[in-house]
Amino acid sequence: MTAQLLEILSAVLLLSGGALTLAAAVGLIRFPDVLARMHAATKPQVLGLLLVLAGVGIQLRDNVDVWMLVLAGLFQLLTAPVSAHLVGRLAYRTRHSRRDQLTVDELERDAPGA
Amino acid sequence: MNVVLAVTIALLGAAGLLTVIRLVRGPSALDRVVALDALLAILTCSVATAAGYALYAIDVPVVVVVSLMGFIGSTSVARLFLQERE
Repeated sequence: MTAQLLEILSAVLLLSGGALTLAAAVGLIRFPDVLARMHAATKPQVLGLLLVLAGVGIQLRDNVDVWMLVLAGLFQLLTAPVSAHLVGRLAYRTRHSRRDQLTVDELERDAPGA
Repeated sequence: MNVVLAVTIALLGAAGLLTVIRLVRGPSALDRVVALDALLAILTCSVATAAGYALYAIDVPVVVVVSLMGFIGSTSVARLFLQERE
């Protein structure tokens, strides 16, 4: 009974993780500029990855290596904001982002050479 | 459970395909960095799914390594890009 419930829970987690990953990829194709694409590639992508890792962790629950999945999720949570910050700052500074898409541009008066 | 495996692999495959389209089309290097990051996350998902369904935990360290490689790759390309601009 418990094993069956865990199977169903794992299946739901895996499917929703896959769906979120697909949604992130659709956003990556459809969104207009680097900043919007980065939004799609960081937030739904990381959540989808965490859901898939949780589902796999339930599948592998009898194994000793499950903690590595937790480690992978933790690394993703730590590193995704850092790389997103770097890429976002670079996109703004090198003017790869479309400024006409921004509602508020609070960096404009502080930006060097803007 | 095989249906769940098939649907998950199909979703991840479609996501990977769309990400590769963005990777090829660009238009700027930053778009490609973002797409590569997403592609590595999809790869992580796929390896983890395969490990979970084969009940084969030898693949699990690969998941950790791939997720860290994605970070190193995207940050170093971003740094390189910054240096080229300045």
